[in-house]
Amino acid sequence: MRLPCPLCGWRDEGEFAFEGPAMDWPSLDAPEAEWVEAVFLREQPRGRTEELWRHAPGCGTWLVIERDNVSHEVHGARLARPGEEKALLKKDRRA
Amino acid sequence: MSGFRLGGGPLDGAEAVAFRWRGREMTGLRGDTLASALMAGGVRLVGRSFKYHRPRGIMSAGEEEAGALVTLGEGARRTPNLKAPVVELEPGLAAAPQNCWPSLEMDAGAVNGLLSPFFAAGFYYKTFMGPFGGTRAWMFFERFIRRAAGLGAASEAPDPDLYEQVHGHCDVLVAGSGPAGIAAALEAAEAGLDVVLAEQDFETGGDLLADRDRSALGAAREALAAAGVRVMTRAMVFGVYDHGVAGIAERLPAGGAVRERLHVMRCARIVSATGAIERPFVFGDNDRPGVMGAEAARVYVRRFGVAPGRRVAVATTNDSGYAAALAMAEAGLRVTLLDSRERAPEAAAAAAAEAGVEVMREAVPVRALGGMPGGAVRGLVVGRHAGGGRARPVSRLDVDALAVSGGWSPTVHLSSQARARPVWSEDQLSFLPAPGEVIACGSAAGVWTREGCEASGRAAGREAARGLKASRKKALEAPEAGGWEVAPDAVWEVSAKGRKLKGFVDPMHDVTAEDIRLAHREGFERPEHMKRYTTLGMATDQGKVGNVVGLAVMGAAQGAGIEALGTTTFRPPYAPVSLGVFAGEHAGADWAPVRRTPFHAMADAAGAVFVDAGRWKRSWYLPRGQEGLRAASMREAAMVRETVGVCDVSTLGKFRVQGPDAAEFLDRVYSNLMSSLPVGKARYGFMLREDGMVFDDGTVWRLGEADFLVTATTGHAEHVEAHLSRWRVRWPELKVAVADVTEAWAGLAVAGPRAREALGRVAGGDISDDALPFLGVREMEVAGVPAMVARISFSGERAFEVYARPADAEALWDGLVGAAEAEGGGPYGLEALDLLRVEKGHVTGREIDGRLTLADLGMPGMASRRKDFIGKALLGREGLADGNRPRLVGLRPAEAGAEVQAGALLYAPGEETGFGLGHVSSIADSPHLGARIALGFVRGGLERWDGRMVMAKDPTAGRDVKMTVVSPVFVDPEGERLHG
Repeated sequence: MRLPCPLCGWRDEGEFAFEGPAMDWPSLDAPEAEWVEAVFLREQPRGRTEELWRHAPGCGTWLVIERDNVSHEVHGARLARPGEEKALLKKDRRA
Repeated sequence: MSGFRLGGGPLDGAEAVAFRWRGREMTGLRGDTLASALMAGGVRLVGRSFKYHRPRGIMSAGEEEAGALVTLGEGARRTPNLKAPVVELEPGLAAAPQNCWPSLEMDAGAVNGLLSPFFAAGFYYKTFMGPFGGTRAWMFFERFIRRAAGLGAASEAPDPDLYEQVHGHCDVLVAGSGPAGIAAALEAAEAGLDVVLAEQDFETGGDLLADRDRSALGAAREALAAAGVRVMTRAMVFGVYDHGVAGIAERLPAGGAVRERLHVMRCARIVSATGAIERPFVFGDNDRPGVMGAEAARVYVRRFGVAPGRRVAVATTNDSGYAAALAMAEAGLRVTLLDSRERAPEAAAAAAAEAGVEVMREAVPVRALGGMPGGAVRGLVVGRHAGGGRARPVSRLDVDALAVSGGWSPTVHLSSQARARPVWSEDQLSFLPAPGEVIACGSAAGVWTREGCEASGRAAGREAARGLKASRKKALEAPEAGGWEVAPDAVWEVSAKGRKLKGFVDPMHDVTAEDIRLAHREGFERPEHMKRYTTLGMATDQGKVGNVVGLAVMGAAQGAGIEALGTTTFRPPYAPVSLGVFAGEHAGADWAPVRRTPFHAMADAAGAVFVDAGRWKRSWYLPRGQEGLRAASMREAAMVRETVGVCDVSTLGKFRVQGPDAAEFLDRVYSNLMSSLPVGKARYGFMLREDGMVFDDGTVWRLGEADFLVTATTGHAEHVEAHLSRWRVRWPELKVAVADVTEAWAGLAVAGPRAREALGRVAGGDISDDALPFLGVREMEVAGVPAMVARISFSGERAFEVYARPADAEALWDGLVGAAEAEGGGPYGLEALDLLRVEKGHVTGREIDGRLTLADLGMPGMASRRKDFIGKALLGREGLADGNRPRLVGLRPAEAGAEVQAGALLYAPGEETGFGLGHVSSIADSPHLGARIALGFVRGGLERWDGRMVMAKDPTAGRDVKMTVVSPVFVDPEGERLHG
């Protein structure tokens, strides 16, 4: 499998670490029940899904990759920390 | 004709190649395979079968070989289970048969054949489950069974050869260099694309190699070179993975520096021109030496100039048998052709007859007759075919070889690996590739004629080029599957007078048609169940020969067709690939990178013995004279308690956390408050996981208002880094950055009652208690280099951690170790460091095992009530607050010197069953106390067990030791040494 890193381009799966679903986490003051849901009772969607990956031995960036976990088709990738994409890509262009 | 080598063959005049078979010197020709050289030398019996030890000979001319499995090489290079038809004959090659004892001809295991009623499908399940006592019986019989049933034995010595891994890219990868593959490669290359043509054989050409006239082959090779196609030989495309990644295993000729090479090829398009595999059909004793594929017989005659026998019968259910008969007749062999069908292809039949072939229609072999030495075929019973395999024996034919064609199976492996499930065609009696990511062409797509294959290859090459927008020419129409003049006959198994005969569906695993009917009777009807119950298709050929026939037999038993059953799943690799290919260079010392600290060379010069700690080499102990680990570490620990020691702590994870919201960020990831930390101070802290369990402990240093240094346990460093940066991503509202500076800071700890004096000798700044109180942090010069000094202690002694740039490591080591020695101390290693922390009851990764809460560690106060942090929400879960959870305690053996190991389970005396009270986590011999001490966990902790006896049971060592539960802080519980 190959995955697109917005900073480095398409790279082999072995360069990435899977970090679970790209889910919304409860706030730190959320009640116990919400945290139980987030930690122990996660959805396991089939088909098109958003996942958190890290281009670990590459640029180290955290990515949200939208892909189909049945066909393995990749629909897109973006940097996981909102706002960072603009900054990093702009810097990259200057370089 | 000398032996079985025919005169006037393509290898005529080739260089002689000496090799050994079973220790005997033999000679073949350059261009031979081991199989063709053995056949030329008159060797018919090559091995014994897997289960029944039946004599077997050469059955094919390719990867599908089920009979001639051999072991190659000797000593460390011994390689078992190679298929003689794909072993290139090289000078000095040494090969031997397998699975026979005491010899190939006189094999004791052949008695298994007489016992075959007991070894039928499901033998293991029936024998070793149920009344015989299951596992116990298996444990007893296993070694006999393993010795009796089997393949060759691999060498147990380390592999002396070098393997490589190469990464590559291309526009189009074409697998297979037959007429279709060549046409596809040329078409794509002519469109300007970068094309790789991979051929598993040592020669390109595929079917062209069996042409009588080699001019087409020569022209094709020139065209490939002219078009710039990158041609690889001895290179098998064994797997197709997602997004156009292909795995290619390349064997290199003997004598080179590298033995095999893995190519990970990323391809924009993949074309499968992998051909088709001829399959047999079942009749009596269809596995005798001398029975082989008809196409294989043609290849041996045409490509290698070797005769499979002198008097040959060809038994076919389709048109292709005529080409084999013609080739052999033209080579001067006496040939009889049995066609199961009523109608023959007219032109082919006429040509064969003209060449002297005797053609019998509606004829099938009922049984192969043996009797020659080694059970080789010496004749057959011919039956008159009444359709569907039913036959009436009518005559006998004396032959010394029998060439069989039961139809063709396109090699759909690569397209199927790309998850296009093959589809059964009742017209072609074949599974055909479904359209998908891999473009199949030629006979891999069920196209059976030369012209058809070339057109099919051209169309595939054009499709690839158009898909990549390299060609604007219009798409070519690919020929449909087919090309036979007369439809093939669905003969899977011959029965005479309604009786089935013992014949093999999967000769490699000795699976008979009767085994498959047994599976049906016992309810294992689906292909996946049948496969596992009978082991059909589970041998090293993965069912290349037997699967379709097996499905047909199962279909017949169910009264259903193959299309209703489908196939099992195709997975890489296409054929066995040596483990060395996947290991590549990553073996021995190069298995993984080694991390050395900046002080490695200095510790080495000081005589340090190193130990692996994760990827790190850490200084373990520094022996004097004949000291071992125990003596040296106890001396070093005593030195720290008495004077001063210096220890390399560079491996600690170190992270710089910076930004206006850095303090808020740390408040969220640590359980205790960090934002209140003043600049120039450090604080001990815990991180929890999201589920509330303790994740790691370490220190946080505030270097500036918005600038922190975070340390983490050596073993957890990478996980802590991932944790910090993961949560940074989840909190985009925080302006904070995290950088791993682990390797940017070289650190030494200076610990002991004389630590201040030692550091004072080389420190360029004030290190008095006023200037640098406990947990103070200051920048200053140390040993003449810029350094960061923190007053932090792991040993419980007055201690400092000094960090400098790695480039200054030597100056720092020389300065601090020299100063320590001047104060009566010296360097100490990891073992002493561990011993000192156990004396103080400080926890490390041995204790923090992911199952503990702060309360379990005796530190509930480290969970702040004034703020929210990761793990807080789940910390209050019912059960975690249970006072009866295992809690950290100290332990001392009741008898001095009693041996205990970390991991021993703890029980209340007299209740020594079940999971017990807890376990021992760390052991140390304390020089300070002159006694063995331990840390561990006991349900209820000190509150319930202080001063009481528990039993430490060590089932692996078979030892029971009584231990007393005490406080985990063995030395200086008041902390006087730390501050004093």
